[in-house]
Amino acid sequence: MRDVAIVSVAQTDHRRAVPELNEVEMIQPVIQTVLEQIDAKISDIGFTCSGSSDYLAGQAFSFVMTLDAVGAWPPIVESHVEMDGAWALYEAWLKIQSGHADTALVYGYSKASPGDLPRVLSRQLDPYYYGPLWPDSVAMAGLQARAMLDKGMITEAEMAEIAHRSRTSAESNPHAQVKGSPSVDQLLAEDYLSNPLRKHDCAPVTDGGCAVVIAAGDRAREWADNPAWIRGIDHRVDSHNFGARDITRAPSAALAAEKAGVSDGQVDVAELCAPFTHQERILRNELGLGDDVEVNPSGGALAANPIMGAGLIRLGEVANRIMAGDAGRGVAHATSGHLLQQNLVAVLEGSS
Amino acid sequence: MSAERVAVVGIGQTKYAAVRGDVSLPGLLREAAYRALDDAHMTMDDIDAIVVGKAPDFFEGVMMPEPYLADALGAVGKPLFRVHTAGSVGGSTAIVAASHVESGVHERVLTIGWQQQSVSEAMWALSFPIPFQQQLVAGAGGYFAPFIREYIRRSGAPDDIGILVALKDRLNALKNPYAHLHEPEISYDSIKESFMLWEPIRYSETCPSSDGAFAMVLAGEKAAEASAAASGVNPAWIRGTAMRSEPATASGRDQISPKAGQDCAADVYAQAGITDPVADIDMVEMYVPFSWYEPMWLENLGFAPEGEGWKMTESGRTRRDGDLPVNCSGGVLSTNPIGASGMIRFGEAAMQVRGQAGDHQIDGARTALGHAYGGAAQFFAMWVVSSEKP
Amino acid sequence: MAESDMEDRSTSTMPGGLWTQPSVSVPDIGDGEVIQRITEPASLHYSYTPGRAPTRFLRGLAEGKLLGGRAEGHDAVYPGSRGMDPVAARPTVESVEVGPDATVTAFCIVHIGFGEKAPPTPFVSALILPDGAAASMYGTVLGIPYEEVRIGMRVRPVWVPEEELGLTSENITHWEPTGEPDVPAEQLKGHM
Repeated sequence: MRDVAIVSVAQTDHRRAVPELNEVEMIQPVIQTVLEQIDAKISDIGFTCSGSSDYLAGQAFSFVMTLDAVGAWPPIVESHVEMDGAWALYEAWLKIQSGHADTALVYGYSKASPGDLPRVLSRQLDPYYYGPLWPDSVAMAGLQARAMLDKGMITEAEMAEIAHRSRTSAESNPHAQVKGSPSVDQLLAEDYLSNPLRKHDCAPVTDGGCAVVIAAGDRAREWADNPAWIRGIDHRVDSHNFGARDITRAPSAALAAEKAGVSDGQVDVAELCAPFTHQERILRNELGLGDDVEVNPSGGALAANPIMGAGLIRLGEVANRIMAGDAGRGVAHATSGHLLQQNLVAVLEGSS
Repeated sequence: MSAERVAVVGIGQTKYAAVRGDVSLPGLLREAAYRALDDAHMTMDDIDAIVVGKAPDFFEGVMMPEPYLADALGAVGKPLFRVHTAGSVGGSTAIVAASHVESGVHERVLTIGWQQQSVSEAMWALSFPIPFQQQLVAGAGGYFAPFIREYIRRSGAPDDIGILVALKDRLNALKNPYAHLHEPEISYDSIKESFMLWEPIRYSETCPSSDGAFAMVLAGEKAAEASAAASGVNPAWIRGTAMRSEPATASGRDQISPKAGQDCAADVYAQAGITDPVADIDMVEMYVPFSWYEPMWLENLGFAPEGEGWKMTESGRTRRDGDLPVNCSGGVLSTNPIGASGMIRFGEAAMQVRGQAGDHQIDGARTALGHAYGGAAQFFAMWVVSSEKP
Repeated sequence: MAESDMEDRSTSTMPGGLWTQPSVSVPDIGDGEVIQRITEPASLHYSYTPGRAPTRFLRGLAEGKLLGGRAEGHDAVYPGSRGMDPVAARPTVESVEVGPDATVTAFCIVHIGFGEKAPPTPFVSALILPDGAAASMYGTVLGIPYEEVRIGMRVRPVWVPEEELGLTSENITHWEPTGEPDVPAEQLKGHM
């Protein structure tokens, strides 16, 4: 395996809606910044890969216009995934591992504001059996939270504590959308949104994106004093038959964590893509993270959740902490589908 | 560093049709996937990762359907990856699947490209009207037809070259049992007399709208040799893969022979050690959704000098008995499930060098090019496969 | 976008709530036959916003002006609503009036139109390069028999009556010949 590291990270200031900009206008400054931070041009980049979704944009081939923000002239080596940008990073990492490139630009973004997000996400379900019932993403997550409460895996107070901690942490994140939180008691006094979930249990709806540059070996060392080396990265998927499996578990997250080598060393920081409070508990369990591990110092998806970028941001947040010397080894997680069905886990490390 | 050698060891495809109402979406994919696994003498259990690709999700009305398909594809507990690069996606998906093996991360990868265009209204799914954006009242062919006219002007090509391409590809399709269009009565005159859609493009010079899926099993060197020993079929070794993209519109861009296509071809030839494309390549599966794109791509890919691609077509050199057979499967002009069309090109090239192409086999084909493009002729994906290990 | 839509919303705000979909219809077919198709209606509501550059372009059109955009420090003017110089990868922050006279860089004759707004067939759909612009935009050429349209032909836009001007590309109903001499086609390469 080649040594590959994250060397530059940029993201939007996340907002509920960015009505004054279209997608290409929204992501262009992020791409410009991620290159300028390391004094690079697109001609220094060997491979470019992005993640976005036509259903979120409400437009077919929505990624085509976004290419105008990259500078694909002369032509570039480029690809696109209809997945979170974290998977675009995985494709770029494979490209570097296979020797076809030494450097890559990766970005992921969405504007969720044009559509009704929970309803749009219901279109990701089995179209024969689940889809016609139109269960939205909050209702689906509510089933999962209820199952956990019934099993005694979590309490509503603990869920509120996760919300409180995440959004309090977000106060130090300049890009966060939801910063600060009422007290746990105040949160618990709120009405249910979709019982047992209250509003604070749910990620906000966000317009935004993220870009990352990764590079191999010496190139990474040229571009960053302390590159965040990708020591392991893996992704797995679970069954879509939610009624036929234990939805309080995410075996694919555990497997991805094992393959990525999460337990091979100390974890100083973890950024977990948990759009609902109770899902942080599932992920802590599956990744084997102890109570001593600092989780989501950025505020996580509960502070800003630009779908298609939210997972890539987790990788970026861990990388930033390593590059800044605040953490030696960290874990980043991304998810796709309902109820944490698909999961990606990466282990990042500073130079030892 | 040297990448792991990769080969195609299993190929499967569905029968293509305007409507495959007899299967569900998972059923359609499994039809292709199982055939590919059988061909590779493998089962789902042998597969380490699944890489899928298709064009816009509005076709089937399922957003990012891969989590939904995880069970049907035997992907539970495995990596499942989804690519979308417009019309080139089938080719790009195969290349991403190859990366999974080349990188040394996985050993045996199943890759599938598909589209079920009958599920929604295909024209709507491609480009439903968006407020504030100018709507192209000319339709999809109206986007590309002006470039074809400009090609004809520049090259001075006779105006029936497109008819010759369509006739060749539709006759080739008669030898491919999986092809969507089987038109035994097709003739030069019937194409010429078919309805003019976007002059200079006639109805019979245009691709159909199809349902279908194509699957391949890719394997690293050791696994490929084990599979070949079990199946008795030679692997198709991947000798080079390349992708290039350029903006839809840019000052200096030439839509007739896009630089991204030229660069992509130069890259893949260099990897495969090809110096004289016509001599070194035995057959081509080329993405030709409108007939005239055959001569245009012959030039773009370096098979003919600028302005002379039509001469290769006219003289019959791209027929199955010519020195550079193009689209022996019938091509996109005979079968077009968009998300699969690029993978069909890549896979048909592999079938040829494996000697598996049945009635449309080119005798002695050892090296073949698979080609796909998409968007505003701006996204390109290509691979070269060979019966000989690199 | 209405103010109420700007609020954080985590559950469906569609009129009528979550359960507004028509029921699935399964065709009544006899026993033993394979069901070939069910109809499963789905509707999603999107509120699109055009963004900065399209807004500038549409406002120009509403004033009867054809605008392009130029990125800071770059020469190329891109007509219409793209908003990016795709070579520089920078926003086209400077608005520049282009045309209105223009040149046909490529075209086809359409015998099968798409959508309600298509003119009667056959008609000419063309790539049109406004004077001063680096790239072409799509438009319909009328006012001349379709078989007489040429690459390099000079055209000018035909606007809807002034009182009908709005924030829409449809302000230009079509393009018609100016009668000036043609531009040599070789000069148009790279500007389609």
